[in-house]
Amino acid sequence: MATRILSLIALLLAMVVAPLPALAQDDFAAQVNALGPGSFADRTKAMAALVATGDERVPPILLALSDGTLYMRKSDDKVVIAAKAGSDFALTDPVDGADLGTVPSSDIEKIKSNNGLRGKIRTAIGQMTLLSPDRPTRLSAAQSILKNADPAMLELLDQALAAESDPGIKSTMELARAVIVLKTEGALEDKRAAVQTVVSHNDRAAQNVLINSLAEAPDELKPTIQSGINSIGSTLAVWDVGRNLLYGISLSSVLLLAAIGLAITFGVMGVINMAHGEMVMLGAYTTYVTQLVIQAVAPGLMEYSLAFAVPAAFLFTALVGVGIERGIIRWLYGRPLETLLATWGLSLVLQQLVRSIFGPTNKLVQPPSWMSGTFDLWNLSFTWNRLWIIVFAIAVFIALQIILNRTPLGLQMRAVTQNRRMASAMGIRTPFVDAMTFGLGSGIAGMAGVALSQIDNV
Amino acid sequence: MITQLLFRALDKKAIWLVVALVVIAIAIPFANLVIPEGNPLHIPNYAVPLFGKYLNYAMLALALDLVWGYCGILSLGHAAFFALGAYAMGMYLMRQIGARGVYANPVLPDFMVFLNYHDLPWFWHGFDQWWFAFAMVVLVPGALAFAFGWFAFRSRVTGVYLSIITQAMTYALLLAFFRNDLGLGGNNGLTDFKDILGFNVQAATTRAALFAISALALALAVVICSAIVNSKLGKVMVAVRDAESRTRFLGWRPENVKLFAFVVSAVLAGIAGALYTPQVGIINPGEFDPANSIEAVIWVAVGGRGTIVGPIIGAVLVNAGKSIFTGAFPDWWLYCLGGLFIFVTLFMPKGIVGLFNNLRSRKVTQASAAAEAGEDPSTLPQTRPSPEPAE
Repeated sequence: MATRILSLIALLLAMVVAPLPALAQDDFAAQVNALGPGSFADRTKAMAALVATGDERVPPILLALSDGTLYMRKSDDKVVIAAKAGSDFALTDPVDGADLGTVPSSDIEKIKSNNGLRGKIRTAIGQMTLLSPDRPTRLSAAQSILKNADPAMLELLDQALAAESDPGIKSTMELARAVIVLKTEGALEDKRAAVQTVVSHNDRAAQNVLINSLAEAPDELKPTIQSGINSIGSTLAVWDVGRNLLYGISLSSVLLLAAIGLAITFGVMGVINMAHGEMVMLGAYTTYVTQLVIQAVAPGLMEYSLAFAVPAAFLFTALVGVGIERGIIRWLYGRPLETLLATWGLSLVLQQLVRSIFGPTNKLVQPPSWMSGTFDLWNLSFTWNRLWIIVFAIAVFIALQIILNRTPLGLQMRAVTQNRRMASAMGIRTPFVDAMTFGLGSGIAGMAGVALSQIDNV
Repeated sequence: MITQLLFRALDKKAIWLVVALVVIAIAIPFANLVIPEGNPLHIPNYAVPLFGKYLNYAMLALALDLVWGYCGILSLGHAAFFALGAYAMGMYLMRQIGARGVYANPVLPDFMVFLNYHDLPWFWHGFDQWWFAFAMVVLVPGALAFAFGWFAFRSRVTGVYLSIITQAMTYALLLAFFRNDLGLGGNNGLTDFKDILGFNVQAATTRAALFAISALALALAVVICSAIVNSKLGKVMVAVRDAESRTRFLGWRPENVKLFAFVVSAVLAGIAGALYTPQVGIINPGEFDPANSIEAVIWVAVGGRGTIVGPIIGAVLVNAGKSIFTGAFPDWWLYCLGGLFIFVTLFMPKGIVGLFNNLRSRKVTQASAAAEAGEDPSTLPQTRPSPEPAE
């Protein structure tokens, strides 16, 4: 109980002290210089005093001490940071960063540290950074405390929590505090509150915290923790379903593109194209080649390489498709089984061709910056490329609908699908429609390849 | 009745083929074992199982031809029946290893010890008896083909749809056999065989005997297939191939005819697979690869479908070409194979045999040529002017 009161007082004191402005310049310099003389014990004391100032200049000094680049100038016992410059040392003032000239090594004396001191320095730097005005510094410090959950940090964390204004960092700190409370000996009520704090975070990290603390927790607390784990688990399950759904939709939209192409050729021509997958492959490799070309010709346009790759892939695979139709499939109409075999043979040739040209290894297609990275939706992080792929698939789908329903070619295609002979009798050039259909189907597969190259390697 | 059937089966072509196979069955082991090394007629040891492999593939091709060439069912999953037969034989050979494995477990094969099995899985029991294993070689592919065909043909799945689902079947089996917990060796398959019926698998004499058995089994398959296609049933099969609906309206049951052909074909493929395993020395799930099944189709197409001798010629030629090409120019083999698919379908719809028949019939008078073409079972409805819109 006594220790609790003491720590409470210390906490109160700390809260009062923390917001105070940094000590005057001279006092600070004096405190830095106190690191120089005396034994390790003296140095530890001097360090603690420095840390207590909460000055942002302290962590670099302590780091220098830990790294062994902190020296004492023999002429006036001033503590300096020295960097080796030839046989001499270039000195800088740790307090204001001023250049203090170059001196021979005989003029300075190294300030020694040992492992114990280094350990304390590490802790101290963590403390300092928690209170740093720099946001990322504080965040990483909070996360490191969350990871290590050192009970010694509790006081400081409370202090930092009181001063923290950023909600994101604050929540990490709260979580870290709860973890420490759960870990240390303490009142059941505090722990229960800590569990509530953790549960309110409701994400995977929080669930892990609870799972880890379950074993050491007192028996009275175990049901609370368990129910907390379960409640987080059910929330996470819902989110997982959401994420899987998005991933599934984005992948299936690529497959949708590939399948539409196949459906068109099969629907209109009654031909199963076993080389359809190779059209997807060709589309993906076209993306890769387009990027290589743009990289060589106009590197500034790399951001927009996809704007070139999509039409390039469509045109290239459509041309290949028309070539296949005119060269092979035309001769095999009415013999679907033979078409199956011939296009299978074609797929073997295309695969080997691509392997000969590009090699068997995966090629990396660089996603443009606006497609990389993630965005957070509530508790989940999605990658932009997956969202864009869905958008792209929908766009292609709409475009295809327009082609089929609003253009003369679409009208002819539908006519041929419904009744080939009648369409032919009405003056529709069915061979031309077949070639165009095959080209369109292959072109769409090629665009699916572009989309695929954004999820995966080629 | 059976003798009558056999007499009809052995028409002139089939007799010559059987005679040729019996001669090969004697000649090659003779050239390997009796003719001394250095003699130009000597056949080296490595070549015997290689030729044996070609004969097994020829048997698979013949089986496929029975369903595709004569019954119009393009199965893209026949390698599955071949591999199932091969696995049944492989399981027997694994049990014959006994305590001579690396882990020296008298009951469990090495891979099971490795995967921490304690008992033999139920389906491995009985495979230590040769008669059981040999029965399974026939029964497992046959049963699968029966179940598959029963549902597929009764549902009137035809044409490319049937091809696709047979491909799906072999792909599903491929994935299943790749799993370690299926208890069939996972992706390593079954290998490291020692004995077959008490003879050392590696010995030259055993291999020569296996070759002879392969050749004789192929000869037997020729007799069986020839008997089937020359019987009344064979005529109905061709009718089903050429006009299934019309055959049905004439009162036949196309699904039963197809099921019969499919099951017989699967059994032949299984036997071919069983002979393949001891000669090659390994069986792994790669044999289920749909690409293998489709390759088997091209053997038939190259040789000439709808003939008995065609698939045998095609399988031997393509595989010999594969052995030569993959050794000399490995990069060019896929071009050749792919090109072969396209070339054969476009320019040689009746294969090599059809080509020879054409050449011969050109020499004969026009009238007899027309008569021969009328009898030729390989005439297919290829001259339809325009594709049917798919439903």
